[in-house]
Parts: sequence; structure tokens; C-alpha cells
Amino acid sequence: MSNGLTADGAANVLAIDNLVVTLGQRDDGPRIIDDISLHVGEGETLCLVGESGSGKSVTSLSVMGLLPKRVLRPTAGSIRLVGEELRAASDRRLRELRATRMAMIFQEPMTALNPVVPVARQIDEVLRAHTKYSAEERRRRIHAMMEQVRLPDVPRILASYPHQLSGGQRQRIMIAMALILDPKLLIADEPTTALDVTTQQQILALIRDLQREHGTAVLFITHDMGVVAEIADRVAVMRNGRIVETGALKSILRSPQEDYTRKLLSAVPSLIPRPARAHEASPAVLDVEGLSKVYRDRAMFGRARVVAAAEAVSLQLRKGHTLGIVGESGSGKSTVARCIMRLIEPSAGQIRLGGSDISFLSRRRLRPHRKRIQMIFQDPYRSLNPRMTVGETIAEGPVNFGMPRADALKQAKDLLRLVDLPTDSVARYPHQFSGGQRQRIAIARALAMNPDVLVADEAVSALDVSVQSQVLDLLDEIQKRLGIALLFITHDLRVAAQICDEVIVMQNGKVVEQGPAATILTQPRMPYTRALLEAAPGRDWDFANFCPVAQGALRLEPSQI
Amino acid sequence: MALESISATDTVPMRGKSVFGFLISSPIIAGASLCLLLVIASAILAPLLSPHNPMEMVPALRLKPPSADYPLGTDAFGRDLLSRTLYGGRISLLIGLGAAIISIVIGLAIGLVSGFFRWADAIIMRVMDGLMAIPAILLAIAVVALSGASLQTVLIAIIIPEIPRVVRLVRSVVLTAREEPYVEAAIAMGTSLPKILWRHLMPNTFAPLIVQGTYVCASAILTEAILSFLGAGISPETPTWGNIMAEGRSVFVIKPSLIFVPGFLLSIAILSINLIGDAARDALDPRMKQREGGR
Repeated sequence: MSNGLTADGAANVLAIDNLVVTLGQRDDGPRIIDDISLHVGEGETLCLVGESGSGKSVTSLSVMGLLPKRVLRPTAGSIRLVGEELRAASDRRLRELRATRMAMIFQEPMTALNPVVPVARQIDEVLRAHTKYSAEERRRRIHAMMEQVRLPDVPRILASYPHQLSGGQRQRIMIAMALILDPKLLIADEPTTALDVTTQQQILALIRDLQREHGTAVLFITHDMGVVAEIADRVAVMRNGRIVETGALKSILRSPQEDYTRKLLSAVPSLIPRPARAHEASPAVLDVEGLSKVYRDRAMFGRARVVAAAEAVSLQLRKGHTLGIVGESGSGKSTVARCIMRLIEPSAGQIRLGGSDISFLSRRRLRPHRKRIQMIFQDPYRSLNPRMTVGETIAEGPVNFGMPRADALKQAKDLLRLVDLPTDSVARYPHQFSGGQRQRIAIARALAMNPDVLVADEAVSALDVSVQSQVLDLLDEIQKRLGIALLFITHDLRVAAQICDEVIVMQNGKVVEQGPAATILTQPRMPYTRALLEAAPGRDWDFANFCPVAQGALRLEPSQI
Repeated sequence: MALESISATDTVPMRGKSVFGFLISSPIIAGASLCLLLVIASAILAPLLSPHNPMEMVPALRLKPPSADYPLGTDAFGRDLLSRTLYGGRISLLIGLGAAIISIVIGLAIGLVSGFFRWADAIIMRVMDGLMAIPAILLAIAVVALSGASLQTVLIAIIIPEIPRVVRLVRSVVLTAREEPYVEAAIAMGTSLPKILWRHLMPNTFAPLIVQGTYVCASAILTEAILSFLGAGISPETPTWGNIMAEGRSVFVIKPSLIFVPGFLLSIAILSINLIGDAARDALDPRMKQREGGR
């Protein structure tokens, strides 16, 4: 493994030396990649980690020769693939290399696959373009590859179009396409970020196994420290286009040398639930009983298809408490949140907000209850109206309920101070803020209504870990100060462990398990919850304390069923 | 906070530049803007620039070639071609601008309602489908035949078939925008429906509407000219580009400039407006901008 550190090029499959990528036409333009050097050896996995905008993806695109022309250009340094200089390679040579020597898999396989061509033809195209195999030989190889990526029912899957497959299956097809010509280098750009944890675990295992069999060098790009702990041999930490630190996995996790690495690792929330908070028995502010949401596909002929997005969900949220709803995509957790907000109409059940049932109130009758429950959305880039100033955005709610505009704007300034933003932000527009700051604005907007309940739908999922921990701290502090009840929807068990008092685990629209976070996340009773916990990447490592998780702190006792 | 600055600059769109900066973005667009400006100026200043009354007939001076007194000569009734062309520009531009503004205002209102209220959508869109099925020129001829040839009737006849296009455009924008989380946040804050339409949804339609407006304007000018040429437009003694060309048709062999002069101005005006519309679309649609910068 240490041979990767030498720059002699012999053992290195990929050697990047002093690479500089600049923005724009001029050589002295802003440097997006600033003098980085990376080496990946045969059979080695190098994880490139960093927050958004750190230049991870630009690095991988420079290697593949896929940088947008005339916008980003490599201006200095060298990229060598098995000794061959890629910066000097012609477009034609690069095209050839891209299939035979290096391959790439992306975050969203749906956009990387052609939606109108069956997947078999897409894999076949790769073989046809770069080999002279006969049709029979190509078919044989495709089938062998499909076995290797462990896809079941190969003939059916090969005949399918991408949209007929699940996210995990699509990613397996992408991996099959990438590895079918047995390339020396595989670049994986956040390949599991869009997948559920259980699928992520399988894909990571698959990449690891295939790498071992083929001896492929893997450049793995991710922002998730958990994934790093699962798959990396060595780690390179990037920030602002520079390599901050490179080292073997264990030494980075155990004794990071640089402040930035330490900060990044400490920001990773622990899977060990935080100590339970002492709570006096406070009254329930939100009481949901038997909530269901059924979608009917109205068909003109034949029977209508009925899909239950949520089925008989009951929950209770007390003042000052945080209740987490966790589950994978499609589990119905967002449906429940949106029903409670009455953004969609529930099909059945009761939603009692401070004693009054709001589940079937008309638009007008509902309006007075609106201010008692507010929501924070996942994507801070879309949840603020880009054409309204921050002040107007925050003041909108109170003005709706009759507060004079001047008073509402004054209150907006106070709220901005509460969420740690400068008060002169009122006159600015959302695009002038970063993702984390926008999420703070969204929180201020929700608080402007002085609600009893705050619903946070994946409110920190789109943020970088360091920003994530700041926003979580902010929510915690606001809750302490104002006694707000928080309904926190997340797919991330780490986040849930750090913020929730109680947890509800959902699967396919049904509640699987519910109870205190400390119990559910350490001694799950249901197999599904156990599977979720076991799939959480890097669960054996306590990132913030730079050591393995202490024995017994997170024990999963044998199932009691 | 220090860490936040990393992601701060990612997707900050370009702002602060003048909205109309695109008018001088390339030599062709600048040329088109200049041409349109000249046509507009000549129409506005027609009373000052015209050497004669455009309606005044001098039977002794029929079909005269250009002279010092009549720079472009005269038509079959002895009227000054230059004066008639300048005044004709007024009608054309008035029709173009009027059609664009009125069809957008009406279409915007109908489109907003149709996009936001499901119950209204089905009814409105079927009516619009019906309107779109009627051939524009035929409808215009029918309207003019029913209520007589005047500026208003011609304007109405031109606007009616344009409205469904605007409605469809606005509706599609609203359908996408209403799914945005900021609209849901507004609903959660108890914002009233008219206010949501006005503050959160309508601003999204402005950019595509400016573009659509230029196309409506160009096609309205063209339709008016066609109607006049066919004799179904504004009464023949009124100088419009279509009318001048219609009258010139019978004497084309003797005096082709009767068709060429207004025809040339018509082409220039429409070409300029369409070019400016394309430039506006490129400037206002971020996707087009990306494509330009991309590969």
C-alpha cells in the first residue's frame, strides 16, 4: 500500500502531479484545482473526501478528460495513467482510454444511462465500440459480468429500460458497464449518495469485491466519512482545490494532522444516541392517530391501482421534545410530515394540534391553526423565494396574521440575530447566502410564526457535515430556549441519534418500531431496524473521538424475536 | 461559520446587471435593436417627417417617379408614398404593441387561474384548445366581416388566437412553480391564495412572457398586414403597410416600389423583433446560458 506514495509511476495506476485547473481562458485565472498530487496504486482504493465546492469532482473529470471545454482547463502539472500522460493525449486517444483503461460511475445512474435504450444494448455498445468480439462472445461476456455484479434474473434485467429498474440495480448496471473491459482505474464519484443505506452497503461491498478480483485501482469520491471508513485504503482530504492531508485510512481517522481534517471528523454525528434528556411529563402538542394517505391511480379502464403511502400512523409529540421519523426512501416519512402540515390531504385519521383536530378542516377554518405548526424543507436553494428579500420572506407569515409590516420587519431582524446571521441580511436576497445560511433563514421564517411545532423534513440532508452540525446545534438551542416541539424527518441514523428523544422507524408506509431513541438505536427489536443500523456506514468508528466505537456502547443484541 | 464560506459561491446566479443589457450583447442584436429603434422613431415622428398629408390625393400626379417634392414618388391616386409609409408604420406598431400587451395581460390572468386551480383547469384548457383550432386569418376575417373594419376589430381579431398560446405558457410555468418548496412554505404560513399567485407564482412568468410578447408582436404586425393585403383589414384609405401593398399589386409592373418599400420595412421590423426575442430568451433562460458556456 505504501508504494502509492512514491511517484516513480511504475506501481501507480494513476499519478497526478502538481495539477492545476484554472477557470476561464486565461492562464492566471482563478485556480479551481491548485497544485494537487495524488497517486493510486494497483488494487488500491483512494478516497477523495471534501465538502461541496472543494474540487473533488473537477479532479475526477480532469482525469477522464471530461472538463467542460473553454470553461475549466488544466494549465500545469501532469496526469499519468499507467505511465501515459493524459494531458497530452488527443480526444480520440482519450475516448479509447475511457473505456479500456479507465471508467467512471456517477452519483445518479438514471442520468448516466440512456432512458430509451434497453440496458443490454447499452452494455453491448461499449463492447462493440472497443472490441472485435463476435456477437456470441459479447453476449457471453455481458452475462458473466451481470453475474459478477450479482444481479438476479439476468435476462429480464438485460431487456429492461433504466426506469424499470431500482436505483441499486441501475448502479449495478453502471458498474457492469464500467468494468466490462477490465479497466485499470475506476473512478467512482459519490456512487452511493443517492441510494438508501441498505443498498449503499451492498454496492460498497460489490465495488470492494470486484476490485479485489480484478486488481482495479479505485479513486472513490465522497463527502461521507462513514463511507470512507468502509471502503478506503488511503484517504486524501480536499479543501478549496487543495489537498489538505493524505494518509492511510487508520492514521487519518486516528490521528489527523491537520486542523481541517480534525474539524471534518469531529463534525460527523455519532451513532451512539446522546444521553436522554430529563423531561417532566409535558403535555402533547401534536397527537396523530391512525393517519393514512392513499393514492389512487385513476384508470379509465380496468381497476384503479391503490397505493398506501402511509398506513395507520400514530404518534405523539410533547412540548420541548424531538421526535424523529426515520426510514429509507419511499417509506412514507415525508408523506406523514406533509399530511400533518396539511400540504396534502390525509385520507383518514386524526391530527390533533394542541387539542383541536385539523385533519379535515377547510382551507379557511384551517388558517388560524397554521401558525402553530411550521415547516423547514430539505433543499434550502428552493425553499426561499429567490425574488423576495430575506426580510420580506421572514415577515410574510406574521403579516398574514395581521402584524403591521414595520413590526414584522423589526421582528425579522431579531430572528436573524437568533439564528446567528447579521441583521442587515433583511435587505439581501437568498442567492447571496450559502446553503447553511439559507437554512438558517428558513428556520427564522418558521420561528417568525412563533409555532408550537416545527416539522423539519430532511432539513440538514443537503448540507455539508460541518454546516450540518451547526444547524443541528442551532435547532437544539432554539428548542431549549423556546420549548418548541420538533418533528424531525431524516434518513440519516447518525443525525437521528444526536437530535431525537424518541424515534419512529417506518417502512413501506407503516410504522415498524417506535420508542425512545436510546433504546431503538441500540437495542432494536425489529429485523428491519437492525438491518438499517447494521447498514449505517462506518458504524464501528467513533469519528469525533478518533477511535473505534467502545465495545458495548453500540451493541446490537441478538434479535429477541 | 468559517466552514460555511466554502459552499457560499457555488450556485450564485449573475445578478445586478441591467435586464436589458442583452440588447447590445452581439453586433447582430445591436443592429436589430437599432433598426427597430429607427422604425419606431420614424412612426412616432411621422407628422414631422412626412412632406405631405398621407390621405391627400392629387389626381394629376399619379404614379410619379421619385422627385424632390415626392421623395419616393406617388401611388395610383397621387398620394405621397413616403408619407403613407411613415404613417403606415404607426398602425403596424400600434397593432403589434397592443396585441402583445393585451394578449399577455388576458392570457396571464387566465393562465394563473388555470395553473393553480385544478377545477378551473380542465374547463379553461378545453376552451383554449377550441380557440386554437380556429384558423387565425379566417377568424379575423369573420370578426371584421361581422363588426366592420376598424382598428379595434382588427386588434381583437388578432388577439383572440394569441391568447391560448399565452395561457398555455403561463399555465406550464405555474404548474412547475407551485411545486416549489417556497410556495408550500407560503401555504404553511397561511398566505392567502391571491397573494400566493401575485407574489410567489406570477414573477416566475415574467421572463418567458417577455419573450412570448416579442413573438406575439411580430406575428400581429404580420397578420395585420396580411388582413389589409387581403382587403379584410382596416379600411383601404387608411395608410397601413398592408393597404399600400394591396393597392400597389395592380400597378406592380409600372411602380414596384409601392410593394417593395412597405414590404421592406415590414420585413425589417419583424426580423428585428424576432431577433430581439431570441436574444431575450437566451438572456433570460439560464439553461440557454449554460449551454452557451458549456461545450
